[in-house]
Amino acid sequence: MTALLSVKNLSFVKKPKSRWFKKSKGFTLHPLDFELNSGETLGILGLNGSGKSLLGKLLVGAEKPTSGEIYLNGQKLLGDNIKQRCLNIRMIFQHSNESLNPGLTASAILEEPLILNTGMSPIERQNKIEKTLKLVGLLSEHRFFYRHMLSDGQRQRLAIAKALILDPQILVADEPFAALDPSVRSQTINLIMKLQQDLGLGFIFISHNIGLVRHISDRALILQDGKVIETGKAEAIFSWPKALYTQKLVNSHHSLINPKSN
Amino acid sequence: MRRIDFYEDDLYPSPLKHTWQEFQKSHIAVLGMWILAFFIVLIVVGPFVMPFDPLLQNPNAVLLSPSWEGSGSLQYILGTDSLGRDLLSRLVYGCRMTLGISLLLVMIAMMLGVALGATAGMAKGVRSSILNHLLDSLMAIPTLLIAIVIVAILGVGLVNSMWAIALALVPQFVHNTREFVRNEMNKEYILASKLDGARKLHLFFYCILPNMFELLVVQCTMALSIAILDISALGFLGLGAQPPSPELGAMLSEALKVAYKAPWSIALPGLAIFLMVLSINIVGDGLRAALRNRLTQ
Repeated sequence: MTALLSVKNLSFVKKPKSRWFKKSKGFTLHPLDFELNSGETLGILGLNGSGKSLLGKLLVGAEKPTSGEIYLNGQKLLGDNIKQRCLNIRMIFQHSNESLNPGLTASAILEEPLILNTGMSPIERQNKIEKTLKLVGLLSEHRFFYRHMLSDGQRQRLAIAKALILDPQILVADEPFAALDPSVRSQTINLIMKLQQDLGLGFIFISHNIGLVRHISDRALILQDGKVIETGKAEAIFSWPKALYTQKLVNSHHSLINPKSN
Repeated sequence: MRRIDFYEDDLYPSPLKHTWQEFQKSHIAVLGMWILAFFIVLIVVGPFVMPFDPLLQNPNAVLLSPSWEGSGSLQYILGTDSLGRDLLSRLVYGCRMTLGISLLLVMIAMMLGVALGATAGMAKGVRSSILNHLLDSLMAIPTLLIAIVIVAILGVGLVNSMWAIALALVPQFVHNTREFVRNEMNKEYILASKLDGARKLHLFFYCILPNMFELLVVQCTMALSIAILDISALGFLGLGAQPPSPELGAMLSEALKVAYKAPWSIALPGLAIFLMVLSINIVGDGLRAALRNRLTQ
């Protein structure tokens, strides 16, 4: 059986540039491999600047990898074929607020990927939009709402709806819960986990929150400065961390949760 | 219990309706809109209801005062000028010329400017900056001066002054559109649309344009008042519309010779220009506030 998504030797090099006035730092993502089966969750963990967001962007095609291949169901994804990619791999952005167009209603926001990627008639599109809104727990009235009329949690749901509307096989979420308060966050997490079960999605979850990653991932991948430190079953990694860096991360997390035990 | 909505339109007005509702909240803006609407109706139906030809001279009725003054006659309600032409008809035709031409010029300048600005904003590197910096340096010069220079090259006349003003208005449209498009292109929702497979044309018309109306309204009202003032100024200086034609600026310069004898012949065209520019600015301001409120409250 081939995995839903398999990444081979993926790397990214950005050379440091210095122009007249501004210097840009270079960044190297060292070659990495991983596989993801349908219904599975892969947590990607790392500190700021470790390249985890970059990895997400490489997967959805927002950046071009320097080398390496991405296979979907054994089929190679080509860099310039954005259509093939966006029908199957969809991204939920870090800030749902900024990833939604302020000048469009929710229905226009959801309609856009359908217009661009499917041959549906206007009525079919409206039906699909209504169905997807219900799927993420919004009402069909929310079609008429603009971004500023929705609460943070509703915006997040709308962002998820936008990702789901093309019936993808894989969701890539880049810190989707960072800006939410705990109750909305757990609501959204439960929503995503339920959708994942119902639809059999592969889910790639990028975060720096160990507790969250541990809670929802089947497998984990730990990045530091563009290098993979440790990878494997999430439970195993967090219970018996091998690498020193992971041990430090896990310990600091424990000391945060129950400071008395240390 | 869930409310049953037969008519969802009432609860969730279309963008246009919503803007209108917000616009109505400001009484001054509505007043300005009525004044502007009056002028627009005037330039459309004016020629059909006016009693006299604006160029028809009556040697028996020279410099008549308005009808409410002692020496006035009801035949010429607003009086006549130094050649015995009916002032009311000339005013209406003058508004038609000045406001109509300004509207046309702003439309042309906007389309050209927005098209150029959007292309420059989406392009990267040298291509986008060359055009931009060239036009930015033009913005340092007042539009009237540019128009005078262009008229000096092309020659005097109404059509030449129209070309001149249209060209002088383009740089500010280009500059503002380019800035706006560049800013928007870096935002995450554009990246999201790009990942949906959107091409540049789609990105501009579907994603960026709905957010740009506020900017366009501000720019258009500014350009419209500048165009009206510039056309009148060129007419007044004798560089634009030439004397017999009823253009507000040309009328002003003609009336200047008899300003002491017939003050109304200089006051009325001036008042018309003032009211047009004022109402355009008020409406533009109200429209901007309405558009902003629609997307923030």
